[in-house]
Amino acid sequence: MSEITGAQALFQALEAVGVEHIFGIPGGAILPAYDPLIDSKIKHILCRHEQGAAHAADGYAQASGKVGVCMATSGPGATNLITGLASSHMDSIPVVAITGQVNRAGIGFDAFQESDITGIATPVTKHTFLIMDPDEIAQTIAEAFHIAGTGRPGPVLVDIPKDVLQSKINYKPAQRVDLPGYQPVTKPNKRQIAEAARLMSQATKPVLYVGGGIIKAGASQQLVELAELTGIPVVTTLMARGVIPDDHDLCLGMPGMHGGYAPVTALQKADLLIGIGPRFDDRVTGKLSHFAPDAKVIHADIDPAEIGKNRKADVPIVGDAKAVIEALIPAVKESNHKHGTPDYSAWRSTVSEWRSNFPYKYTQKPDGPLKPQYVIERLAQITDGNAIYAAGVGQHQMWGSQFIPFKRPRTWINSGGSGAMGFGTPAAMGAKVAMPDDEVWCIDGDGCFQMTCQELATMAVEKLPVKIAIINNAYLGMVRQWQELFYNERYSEVEFGWDIPDYVKLAEAYGCIGLRVESPGEVDSAIEKARGVTDRPVVIDFRCDPREMCYPMVAAGSSNDDIILGPEYESDNVQHEQGDHLYSQDEEDDL
Amino acid sequence: MRHTMSVLVENKPGVLARVSGLFARRGFNIHSLAVGVTETPKISRMTIVVDLAERPLEHVTKQLYKLINVLKVIELDPESSVERELMLVKVRAQDKVRSRIIELVDVFRAKIVDVGSESLTVEISGDPNKLRAFEDLVAEYGIIELVKTGRVALSRGPKSIKDRTLKVAG
Repeated sequence: MSEITGAQALFQALEAVGVEHIFGIPGGAILPAYDPLIDSKIKHILCRHEQGAAHAADGYAQASGKVGVCMATSGPGATNLITGLASSHMDSIPVVAITGQVNRAGIGFDAFQESDITGIATPVTKHTFLIMDPDEIAQTIAEAFHIAGTGRPGPVLVDIPKDVLQSKINYKPAQRVDLPGYQPVTKPNKRQIAEAARLMSQATKPVLYVGGGIIKAGASQQLVELAELTGIPVVTTLMARGVIPDDHDLCLGMPGMHGGYAPVTALQKADLLIGIGPRFDDRVTGKLSHFAPDAKVIHADIDPAEIGKNRKADVPIVGDAKAVIEALIPAVKESNHKHGTPDYSAWRSTVSEWRSNFPYKYTQKPDGPLKPQYVIERLAQITDGNAIYAAGVGQHQMWGSQFIPFKRPRTWINSGGSGAMGFGTPAAMGAKVAMPDDEVWCIDGDGCFQMTCQELATMAVEKLPVKIAIINNAYLGMVRQWQELFYNERYSEVEFGWDIPDYVKLAEAYGCIGLRVESPGEVDSAIEKARGVTDRPVVIDFRCDPREMCYPMVAAGSSNDDIILGPEYESDNVQHEQGDHLYSQDEEDDL
Repeated sequence: MRHTMSVLVENKPGVLARVSGLFARRGFNIHSLAVGVTETPKISRMTIVVDLAERPLEHVTKQLYKLINVLKVIELDPESSVERELMLVKVRAQDKVRSRIIELVDVFRAKIVDVGSESLTVEISGDPNKLRAFEDLVAEYGIIELVKTGRVALSRGPKSIKDRTLKVAG
């Protein structure tokens, strides 16, 4: 057997696990890996910042379901990945990060560009490896991809010292991965499934509360089947948008801090929550002790540690979401056969009424300032909800989730749990690399865009026709909103201004097309123009009303009962069911 | 509420940091932690005494199981397990008190492991209450320095940690 280098072994191992794309930037310690890359089938996308590479790998994984891969050098290269890895960790996105490390003999001696990246990354990854023996490269890569992509997915970092990459070894392909301490349970317990079916048959106001676990398990179809079989309304968390089409009769949309009145209130008034793959995150529950006070809880998750972490589960089910639903469907049928089919029609008509009475609202005056919701709604309508949409973090993200009529899973790419500003642009790039035939839009904020806009260069060079709609409200809009509501309109360090940078010139400087839209009448034509560009990115600077706020809103630390509908409902004198909290400023701060 | 946990882990570099880091970031308070290799050299065993104010122990065990290198986690009930700690204590021992200290050492079935002109170093093992009692008694002569191993524990009877029900991993 002929000898090869550790770096060559790395690429053989990466090819063996099916890697097609790597987002990365070379540097000193990872240099040996960049040589065999030239001869590899794997396509490398040369990013402009490691954070961009990490977010791109995340967007790639969210859009395709494959494991995203990013690569960086030691020290600052590796630490720049951390924001992206942390985001993937919070959202359970399968990513493998490969980092160069200083020579084995240099580790621990503060060598140039040394950082203890496995130590730094451990709290924000599913697992980390440091390969000290070149003979372990193939096996470790196989294990890293196995861990990243199975069970509850997540990011795994593999750190490889430079001299390990340079060593000569006899390559042996990886053996079957067998990790004694990692045996995810995917099949649900039958008794718990039967108990869940029993609770469902007794409920009168049940809600299917579904999270990102549905997407990871590829269980959208099964979920729709379960919903239709039972007639139970569905709320889809930010990370689960699209698992059931938004225009489905049973889909109530997004719950949470900026969720719709119907999904928020349906959870709140429910007598049974059937949670499949959600985390009972604080952005959904509001004040936990006041969340869904009358509901019994069925909580299914592949990660047992999620069950009962925030809310006690009456029926805990450990398992893969698809396996859980596939077990629930016959159990429900059997229970219906024995005890009769429960009638939820009264509950369904109540929630439908909420849905039709309290839609997301805004007013776009023909000659008034451009409303961000109008831009996003038009974008959604023109693309007919058929594109892949990535978002940054903030108001524009929430409006995107509110106004885009999602039709299928893996089309709403977010940094949900971590809330990493700057996620959108590189994530959209990753999504486009994964799904080249899909139209990919990034709905970004002006604050977010400036954090990672260097990836425009990457996309221009790679001829990736991603479209970026900057909802430019000249402010860190969500921070401004909080200062307006909770800090007596004392605006502190939130104004970015419309003009700096000049986004059109910036786009052009990066070899992209830049467009500016300042009035409602220009919106459609700019979107159409962008859609027609196929050889480079387009950036549209939508100059929007800085004063627009995102509603509904449940203030942090407040009960979901105290949902604020906003000024659009103030003028109508609408009395909604739970009182009159249009503006409630007395809630404790709990960012 | 204080719990004694026994944790089997793969004997690999960095595993202790993974476990202690998990406790730190999840806000679980470690009272003591002792670790050493087991009869199987590839496996180490940690005895962790954890203080939990409000959260159930289950939260800790589930989080521990998420670590890839963690093989098995059990709680040891003090009623049905043997718990021991080892302490070395250097006591000020002038001539006139020396015999009284030696008497205490005998009563507690401890051992004198170093004799100096003005000090005695005592090795004592036992359950934590016994150690505390001894420490209080010699304190009046003056403790120069002291070190404890942290608690180690095994269940009573013929069964091993490996015989307990299999883990559920995430």
